[in-house]
Amino acid sequence: MAERVTQEPDRQEREAQAATSAVPSAGSDGQPVALQTEAHGQKPAAGTREAIYDLDDVGVTYGSVPAVREVTFPIYQHEITALIGPSGCGKSTLIRCLNRMNDLIPAASVTGKVSYHGQNLYDDEIDPVQVRKHIGMVFQKPNPFPKTIYDNIAFGPRVLGMDGNMDEIVESALRRGALWDEVKDRLKTNAFGMSGGQQQRLCIARALATSPDVILMDEPCSALDPISTGRIEDLMLELKENYSIVIVTHNMQQAARVSDRTAFFIVDLKGEESHRIGHLVELSPTEKIFTNPDDQRTEDYVTGKFG
Amino acid sequence: MSAVPEAGLSRKVVERASSGQRTKDLMFRLALLFSVSVGFVVLAALVLDVMIDGASRVSLDFITSFPSRISPESTGVKSALIGTIYLMVLCAVFIVPVGVATAVYLEEYANRDSRLSRLIEVNIQNLAAVPSVVYGILGLAFIVRGPLGLGPVLLAGALTLGLLVLPVVIIVSREAIRAVPSSIREGSLALGATQWQTIWKQVLPGALPGIATGVILALSRAIGETAPLLVIGAATFARFNPEGITDRFTAMPLAIFEFISDADTEFRAAGAAAIIVLLALLVVMNAGAIFLRNRYERKW
Amino acid sequence: MEATSAGATGAPRPDLYRTRTRRSTGEAAIRYALLAAALVSVLTTTGIVFSLLEETVVFFGDVGVGEFLSGTKWTPLAGGESQSFGVVPLVFDTLYLTGIGLLVAIPFGIGSAIYLSEYASPRVRRILKPVLEVLSGVPTIVFGYFALTFVTPEILKGLGLEVGSFNALSAGLVLGVLVLPTIATVADDALTAVPGSLREGAFGLGASRMQVSVRVVLPAALSGVVAALVLGASRAVGETVIILVAGGQKADLTLDPTVAMQNMAAFIAAASRADIPTSGPEYGAIFAVGTTLFVMTLVLNAISIRFVRKYRQVYE
Repeated sequence: MAERVTQEPDRQEREAQAATSAVPSAGSDGQPVALQTEAHGQKPAAGTREAIYDLDDVGVTYGSVPAVREVTFPIYQHEITALIGPSGCGKSTLIRCLNRMNDLIPAASVTGKVSYHGQNLYDDEIDPVQVRKHIGMVFQKPNPFPKTIYDNIAFGPRVLGMDGNMDEIVESALRRGALWDEVKDRLKTNAFGMSGGQQQRLCIARALATSPDVILMDEPCSALDPISTGRIEDLMLELKENYSIVIVTHNMQQAARVSDRTAFFIVDLKGEESHRIGHLVELSPTEKIFTNPDDQRTEDYVTGKFG
Repeated sequence: MSAVPEAGLSRKVVERASSGQRTKDLMFRLALLFSVSVGFVVLAALVLDVMIDGASRVSLDFITSFPSRISPESTGVKSALIGTIYLMVLCAVFIVPVGVATAVYLEEYANRDSRLSRLIEVNIQNLAAVPSVVYGILGLAFIVRGPLGLGPVLLAGALTLGLLVLPVVIIVSREAIRAVPSSIREGSLALGATQWQTIWKQVLPGALPGIATGVILALSRAIGETAPLLVIGAATFARFNPEGITDRFTAMPLAIFEFISDADTEFRAAGAAAIIVLLALLVVMNAGAIFLRNRYERKW
Repeated sequence: MEATSAGATGAPRPDLYRTRTRRSTGEAAIRYALLAAALVSVLTTTGIVFSLLEETVVFFGDVGVGEFLSGTKWTPLAGGESQSFGVVPLVFDTLYLTGIGLLVAIPFGIGSAIYLSEYASPRVRRILKPVLEVLSGVPTIVFGYFALTFVTPEILKGLGLEVGSFNALSAGLVLGVLVLPTIATVADDALTAVPGSLREGAFGLGASRMQVSVRVVLPAALSGVVAALVLGASRAVGETVIILVAGGQKADLTLDPTVAMQNMAAFIAAASRADIPTSGPEYGAIFAVGTTLFVMTLVLNAISIRFVRKYRQVYE
């Protein structure tokens, strides 16, 4: 746990900022007190978990083409929530709403409410840069920067102006990313020289270095071999002790192996122009989804009848 | 476009693919080869012609002596070479920030469909096609006289040439910026970096080799330009070096122009020698650009 | 930003709201600074138009628009009675010189393009294309020197032609070589954009490479090739120094390529160096001719952009 100490000042500072913020947040009244007292890093008893996200009737359209509609579900702290469904069901689109990465696509527009700790992320007053500071993301294809391993990790802390010994921050992040032992002797070599699996773990470690609260993973293993995939799944299980994780995957086994809760999406044709629009079928504990789902379509999908 | 002449390739053609057709094919091929060789033959002839006329005049004395109106044997290009180097540096100071900033704005900030960015884009396209002599008129009316009123000095020359080659820098820089994969931007933004931090620390370093190549190409075009400098009234003959950016100046193309326009054709050898000096400078710059491209260009 | 301990160790409720930090103000400032830089190019165009029009309007006060556009005698720098501002000969000479240039540049430029895109192996292409680009990077003053000291005395006179030391033929031919690479590279881009499937279809019918090139690829890329030609023409129309050095200093209405000719750009350069008062119509003529040249190249450029768009629409 030694490495956790190094991130403590940053966390405190952030809280201090939050406490002194002049702008009262819209959802502050509805925020349960329990959340404030829940010890960070301590696994709360099952069933008493707090929702960090509350999605309320969320829809995304690209230009005039709808991609996903009417999504309502909560995401709980210190859990792994998997989003599964056939391709085109909007699960990748949806996960990109959770840290406002959709902003990068000018034509994308989001309706409904994506509440994060009671604050609607799509409020006019919300700063997407602040959002992404708290909510890290790992992408489908490993995307290390064309820099050294060290600089890849240090990039986030540097741009955020984090205090502390950079060497320690880097080491701590690489340890948490289960990569330290493999790369500690070549921190100053280019990250492009790593294997695909190592690159992806580097990207995870890079996200951890800025001490986020949530990590979003958009099909993080789709470009990796089974062994690398296994290592990343192990890593995810370790990380959920301290972080909340949302993962998009089209690998059902992966969802079954790692996630606590699974949201199943489906795509259907809508309207005269037959747009393919995704929507949520059900969100349940993973075990239930795979053994005794509420919806027939979920059962058909997980048993391989379609998709 | 839709009427791709498949009809022209009717059966008749196919059946006649005989010896007549083969001769025609061969002739066509030879004609094409001849076409390609025209460019090369002229390039070779041009270089040879200049070498034969001027090589014997190129010497250290030639580049360290001021020009002379009387003696073709002792004339030199000192003031012109220094003027050209000053122009190049000043021009770079102007076009690098403005050109790269424009490219960054258009690629990273502007909404592609907004009227403003379309206006800017069409405008740059058109500017790239405006004859250089017209930039000379702009320089004359706006920079040398008129609002800025600088007179025909180094700064005026550098600004005029800078405006002339700015589209080159913008176009090449945009390509280089576009070549940086969006996954790099996403990775950076997802870590909480601001847009500018992402551009400054990830996009621009990735685009740097391409941008540098573009800047060198633009500068090599700028220092070869004659017409705009003639129009703004820069000296073609100067027995002095510019000492500051508000001093009068001359430049290599102008010195060449002066040498070869002289009624005394004895000066043409000096003109050829000056051309050799200018071409050597351009070769060094282009070699630098190629080196940069090969050494640092990233395969994403 | 004092890091006062917040005491609570619970999961934070992060502050995600926009605040006016130095970071966010900086971001906004940078955006405007970049926009300002982007506007430099718009200002350049505005500046060009203003600088041309201001003096042109004054000029047309002295010399009527009709006299300028329809007069057939162009002697603006001559004194007294013989001074005349009819731009027709100057425009004619400009087009005539461009025409000679295009006679060289079109066949050889398109021939080069076809060779590069349809015949050359990738390796040969990788060598040939940069050399063509080198040719287009040679300063035009060097081409001027070449026309004046080699093409006129060695080639034209060598062939027994009775040409003056300044003549349209030499200047025009070298002008053609100058724009050849432009035409070749732009046309090559258009030809290579034609999808391979079209070629394969024709080869499948038993067509020879020549037939494929001339009857399938060239027509399919026609708008792109036309764009290349127009671009080349626009460059030839605006070229200054070759004509100034090798073409001569007077513009007459003549079809004789062996005598001196001047184009609009060369007139601008020559007149701006001449010892003329900055208030008279001689000075204004520089701007009036500049305006004419600017409009001509603008039109040519607009046409070429049109054609480029057309072929991009088809294949991209």
